[in-house]
Amino acid sequence: MTRLSWFNVTSLTLGFAFLYLPMVILIIYSFNASQLVTVWAGFSTRWYGELLQNEAFLDAAWVTIKVAVLSSTIATVLGTMAAYVLVRAGRFLGRTLFSGMIYAPLVMPEVITGLSLLLLFIGIGLDRGVLTIVLAHTTFSMCYVSVVVSSRLMSFDRSLEEAALDLGCSGFDAFRLVTLPIIAPAVISGWLLAFTLSLDDLVIASFAAGPSATTLPIKIFSAVRLGVSPEINALSTIMIGIVTVGVISASLISKHRTLRQRQEEQAAARAA
Amino acid sequence: MAETVFAPWDDPAEKPLIRFRNVTKQFGSFTAIDDLTLDIFEREFFALLGPSGCGKTTMMRMLAGFETISGGTIELAGQDIAAVPPNKRAVNMMFQSYALFPHLSVYDNIAFGLRRDRKSRGEIDARVAEMLKLTRLEKFARRKPHQISGGQRQRVALARSLAKAPKLLLLDEPLGALDAKLRQATQFELMDIQEKTGTTFVIVTHDQEEAMTVASRVAVMDEGRLMQVATPERIYEAPESVYVADFIGDVNILTGTAQASGEAQFRVIWDGEQTPLVAASSREFHDGQACHLAVRPEKVSISAERPEAAENAVQGKVLDIAYLGNLSTYHVELPGGQIIKAQTANTRRISRRSFTWEDPVWVSWSATAGVLLAE
Repeated sequence: MTRLSWFNVTSLTLGFAFLYLPMVILIIYSFNASQLVTVWAGFSTRWYGELLQNEAFLDAAWVTIKVAVLSSTIATVLGTMAAYVLVRAGRFLGRTLFSGMIYAPLVMPEVITGLSLLLLFIGIGLDRGVLTIVLAHTTFSMCYVSVVVSSRLMSFDRSLEEAALDLGCSGFDAFRLVTLPIIAPAVISGWLLAFTLSLDDLVIASFAAGPSATTLPIKIFSAVRLGVSPEINALSTIMIGIVTVGVISASLISKHRTLRQRQEEQAAARAA
Repeated sequence: MAETVFAPWDDPAEKPLIRFRNVTKQFGSFTAIDDLTLDIFEREFFALLGPSGCGKTTMMRMLAGFETISGGTIELAGQDIAAVPPNKRAVNMMFQSYALFPHLSVYDNIAFGLRRDRKSRGEIDARVAEMLKLTRLEKFARRKPHQISGGQRQRVALARSLAKAPKLLLLDEPLGALDAKLRQATQFELMDIQEKTGTTFVIVTHDQEEAMTVASRVAVMDEGRLMQVATPERIYEAPESVYVADFIGDVNILTGTAQASGEAQFRVIWDGEQTPLVAASSREFHDGQACHLAVRPEKVSISAERPEAAENAVQGKVLDIAYLGNLSTYHVELPGGQIIKAQTANTRRISRRSFTWEDPVWVSWSATAGVLLAE
């Protein structure tokens, strides 16, 4: 173990405090027995119980998950297709324009994306609800998927696809049987990225949501405007818990897999 | 000796398996293949040899169907293959990187092509087992590519490309990733497998020794053109140009002018002070024509005294000695500054070596030892 100098210890402490102090406070207050957010009145899980009774929050949570699953799935399909074409198709007329246009939404202010989608939905007479939120989220998360997948495709050994063609695959079969299984980790992380982006999006969702469907971030935001309730603290703590478990298990799984792969490679080299 | 020598290229009645007819390939303004005509016959082990960028890989990729042809035609078994996509050609390729599918086991890698042909389970099983046996991989069928060694991966790649019993197998630098010892063993294994399966092999390599070892015929390429197509012996013993002589093995090139001195005999006048050299040549030269005499170092002998019978002998002094273990190459500097390399087998221990640096020596060779070349 390396010993850390006092400077390193200080900067580490400050940095982590900056990142996590707000969340720690939020988690502590979610177990507060008092109705008042700023006054500590002893430990209680009362707000978790009340949260489960709150129909409005539960509905919003359900809508959010539905939207996130649907939009990230559609975005993954479209984003992967776009990435494949842009990386593989070589040079065609307007390629630079296309790849630029794929990435533009990354830097576009969300308000503008939201507003333009709203105008579109009104223009074509689409009632705002779950469908419009799904469409809106697909639009902006697709380019993230495409960035993740195309960076994987750039380092993909082209001869693997050629080998598949050489062995009798059609172009589509080569993609389905060889390319897709190999780039699957990138596609999955693209999906997860789109999923989390959709989960916590507030700006674009508030343009696309209507009275029939509200997502959790919108619900929380409007509830907070009436004053922070301990119920929201409890809800946020649950979300933090889910995200933490997800992130930690994902990194453990990938670490385990790389470790095993390295061991097997070493074993094969020794046996040779 | 009833056995006939395998030489379909000398038999005018033989139909070639592959015919390149005036094939040209351009990448933008760069000409990779320049008006190339070539026949390759069934059961041949044909090597395309040349420096990187000479167009040998492009030739192979055109055969596999990964590159289109800019001009000319390529026929496979009498059929023009320009319009046939790679997955419909009876041609399989073994890739330089092996291109094994990392998510599939050795068995599934080999079975991949067979499954595309919608073969029955039993058929696939039998064929894969046969391939595993041929490449001695039975024990590794269930392993993934990252769980086996480099040499085993090479054999999986070979088994996979042979599984569909192609008319033609293309091998792109198949031994490039193996170390020297394994490489030699694998060369003989390749020849063995080629003979057993009777498949036509076309191998691309930049390693001349590899090409000479495995191939029935070698094509030496440079800048998109064929410099010479012949058996390894002919390429080595009777190169048709200075380029080929120089590319294959070690050679002394002596430049001068030719003068006829008898039936298929020429005198080569070179660099004034020396006496003219004598060379036999079936190729005609007119008097005063510039020519190059190519002599292999192992055909040049080195001695302290002028050998009586030698047709060509020049004096110089030892400049350098390259000791290669079994052989030594002496670099002998002539008074005019030219250097002639002479190679001798080290039949004695190095401490008993007859010559050392700065020793005055004679180098000599016979009239038939060298090849007289125009260009």
